[in-house]
Amino acid sequence: MGSSLFFGLSTMAYILAMVVYITHIAFRKKAVGVTATGLTLFGFASQTLAILLRWREFYQLSGMGILRSIPLTNLYESIIFFVWCLMLGYLIMEFHYKNRSFGAFVTPVAALALLFISLSGMSTKIEPLVPALQSNWLLAHVTLSFISYSAFALSFSTGLMYLIMTTEGRREGAYIFWTVALGIFASVLIAMGLDYMTFHADMNSDAFLKDFLFKSTYESSSSAVQVISYLATAAFVFAVWRYGYVLKRVIGGFNLQASVLDEITYKSVAIGFPIFTLGGLIFGAIWANQAWGVYWSWDPKETWSLITWFIYAFYLHARFLRGWKGRKIAMVAVMGFVAVIFTYLGVNLLLSGLHSYGSR
Amino acid sequence: MKSLLDKVWSLFSSIKLAIVIFALVALTSIVGTVIEQQASYADNIRVLSSLVGQGIAPSAYKVLYALGFMNMYRSWWFLSLLSLFAANLLVCSIDRFPAIWRIMRTPVKPIAPDQMKRMPIKDEFVVQGGPDSILQQAVSAMKSIGFAAEREQGPDGAVQLYAQKNAWSRSGVYITHASILVIMLGAVLGVFFGFKGYVDLPEGFNTNIVYSTNMDMSDPSQVSRRASLLGALYAENGDLQKASQSLNESLPDYEKDLKSVGIIPLGFQVLCQQFEVQFYGQSDMPKAYRSRLSIIENGKPVVSKWIEVNHPLKYKGVMFYQSSFRLRHDLSNGVAVLDVRSPGGQAETMKMKIGQSFGIPGTNETVKLAEFNPALAFDDQGRPETYSQMMTNPAVRVDISGPGGARSSKWIVQRYPETWSLPDGSSIGLTDFWGVQSTGLQVRKDPGVGVVYLGCILLALGLYVAFFMSHKKIWVRLAPDKKGTLLTVAATCPKNRHAFEREIEKLVKRLKGGN
Ligand code: HEM
Repeated sequence: MGSSLFFGLSTMAYILAMVVYITHIAFRKKAVGVTATGLTLFGFASQTLAILLRWREFYQLSGMGILRSIPLTNLYESIIFFVWCLMLGYLIMEFHYKNRSFGAFVTPVAALALLFISLSGMSTKIEPLVPALQSNWLLAHVTLSFISYSAFALSFSTGLMYLIMTTEGRREGAYIFWTVALGIFASVLIAMGLDYMTFHADMNSDAFLKDFLFKSTYESSSSAVQVISYLATAAFVFAVWRYGYVLKRVIGGFNLQASVLDEITYKSVAIGFPIFTLGGLIFGAIWANQAWGVYWSWDPKETWSLITWFIYAFYLHARFLRGWKGRKIAMVAVMGFVAVIFTYLGVNLLLSGLHSYGSR
Repeated sequence: MKSLLDKVWSLFSSIKLAIVIFALVALTSIVGTVIEQQASYADNIRVLSSLVGQGIAPSAYKVLYALGFMNMYRSWWFLSLLSLFAANLLVCSIDRFPAIWRIMRTPVKPIAPDQMKRMPIKDEFVVQGGPDSILQQAVSAMKSIGFAAEREQGPDGAVQLYAQKNAWSRSGVYITHASILVIMLGAVLGVFFGFKGYVDLPEGFNTNIVYSTNMDMSDPSQVSRRASLLGALYAENGDLQKASQSLNESLPDYEKDLKSVGIIPLGFQVLCQQFEVQFYGQSDMPKAYRSRLSIIENGKPVVSKWIEVNHPLKYKGVMFYQSSFRLRHDLSNGVAVLDVRSPGGQAETMKMKIGQSFGIPGTNETVKLAEFNPALAFDDQGRPETYSQMMTNPAVRVDISGPGGARSSKWIVQRYPETWSLPDGSSIGLTDFWGVQSTGLQVRKDPGVGVVYLGCILLALGLYVAFFMSHKKIWVRLAPDKKGTLLTVAATCPKNRHAFEREIEKLVKRLKGGN
């Protein structure tokens, strides 16, 4: 049970770090900043330890090889690994750019993701692997995919901050884009949170997603609740649009340069893209070929990975060859990560509920 | 005036077109993930009803069907889009390659001092000693960061050292692009010279045909033609020759017809001898499953092999992958494989059908197999029931009659050996219940896989070079100065400048006399 203790510690450390990073932005005291970094490092260390412990537990339980037992087999473990990669990426960036302001943006993501796990009562059981998943290619595929997702998550947040910082008027296309994107993003998160609180089912997470997602809001059995949910979302998006300048002011206080944000966005994509190509597309294809004899079958998950890949290829070409700069290219980066999320969650959540293979 | 060819060429060599194609492929693909591909009418009507409402769904279906969205990744327009993409990539690469080739082949040349000042990375400082005395030190300093310097003596007494590295890394982008074309070529080879099929084969059955996974279920005329062609084959017990005669066709024509509706003759027989599943402990979660397959040609078995997930069988370019399994609806042909032991420990293997009886050696007891249950469980009242659609907990009920007419009945459960023993010390073990499961096989022939894998390797390599390597150039000028030598360092690289700047810092430190 060692791993859950350290997961708890890391969650608390990230939450505290979040508070301290935000305080740091407000007061700009060196000691505060150092505390924030220290807390983050502590959280990261306990999370690393927790992952290693869980790895060992899985290894002892499954009786498979040590590599096959890497804990990356369900939603719970994937979220943990995603947060781990994200924090690693952030820490590297903090030391590289010697700027802590960004922590106030990243630690909430980490803390929210981990809180989401404990609030939702998502299954944290260690489950053995079905035969198709017993493959080293799959392991490489999943690990690298998550590393690239984390890189894309960074480019998403810097891209979004770039848009927030550089847009002026409410009628501007880029302003509407980021407020609507952020509004919908937050609404969906809130809706999912409501589902978890309403049903709070301690069941297999995939089954949960299929049976309960949005059932407390958009897909509720009562049409009144449905209408209210859509209206509330519209109102929320409107509010983000109306009062977006508040966020701009907050981020303006971060002391970040737009050009640095743009550079980080590009760098993250430039790291994420090759890793995603290798791990997400190539290793995924090799695994599918070994398991089913088909390296590419145009199933929705594969197709969405391809769409994601094309969006980032679009980003690279538009930036380098068409000379797209600034807001236009930042919007592409934001859309790229929306596609990533859809590839990872949306396909399972929305499309499989729609299709007959989902019910089989 | 540009000729038409020129115009087409410049259209296809433009990145603008590439960006448009990226967007089109991405957007249409999204539609293809929402519509279920190659699914039946009813399936997609359900999908559409939940999206646009029941009223509009049928007309929406008609429109989308006419546009080919029900099988869009194989529709003419999507394939054309991919061809355009390939043409774009090819033309664009050919168009730009000469210029890049020149850059890669051109040696670095010394540059003028004012040009040095305009380079993105630069530094200037004075060290003690004349140019001649520190020349050697400068050469070795450059060598220490991996650059073999050439030198040029200037007219003003100044010496310039210059070097470049990784000029070939400019080709990374081209390797990337070429690799995508290679992958597409491999895919085309697979489409034209291979097939993707599946077959569901019960234990003890064989087949000489498999079903294509690319069968389009949304086309009703295909479905009925398929039924009649298959009907002829079933009527002749799978004999292709006789089936073709019954349809008054030649064998090759009949085979062609079969292929056109998604039925692929293999040219040999595959037999499933046995299928088995291993579970995690006594849970119902499969840990591994495998099938014993035999290839039969001209009535003789030529190969036999166990296959399991991730470990296929290959024969004549055709691969057989273990993909799924299921319990047959008809359980009546099942054979219980029993390990019967007398009280003295004498063992005997027996194969029995339900309803048959046998005597236990060394006793006067007769045992009759009364009933088979593939997934035995007991309800609240202790009545037996079947709890799953799989053979997760196979058990047989035996009725035992003793010499004095004593009768008893008992469940023998494969997973629980403690249920095997009888009161008199003999035992009946259930080791298998054969003939009621069927194995799901993916059957594939794809001569293009090697090419696709080659393309993948090139893609990984190309991206590595494109993103993590950089064409670096350095110039170091040593000019005589009142206090010694004025050193000017300039450098460029198109990518990863931070890393290169650190290398230059190291170089500068060495030039200043550090180590
Ligand atoms: C999905 C397919 C494609 C991928 C993955 C891809 C990938 C790349 C990458 C990674 C780069 C380097 C960008 C950078 O330096 O950051 C690049 C550059 C480039 N791409 Fe593509 N590309 C694709 C399709 C195309 C197509 C269809 C064209 C055709 C017009 C094209 C034309 C170019 C050109 C001209 C360059 C710049 C080469 C140079 O630096 O001279 N690409 N591509």
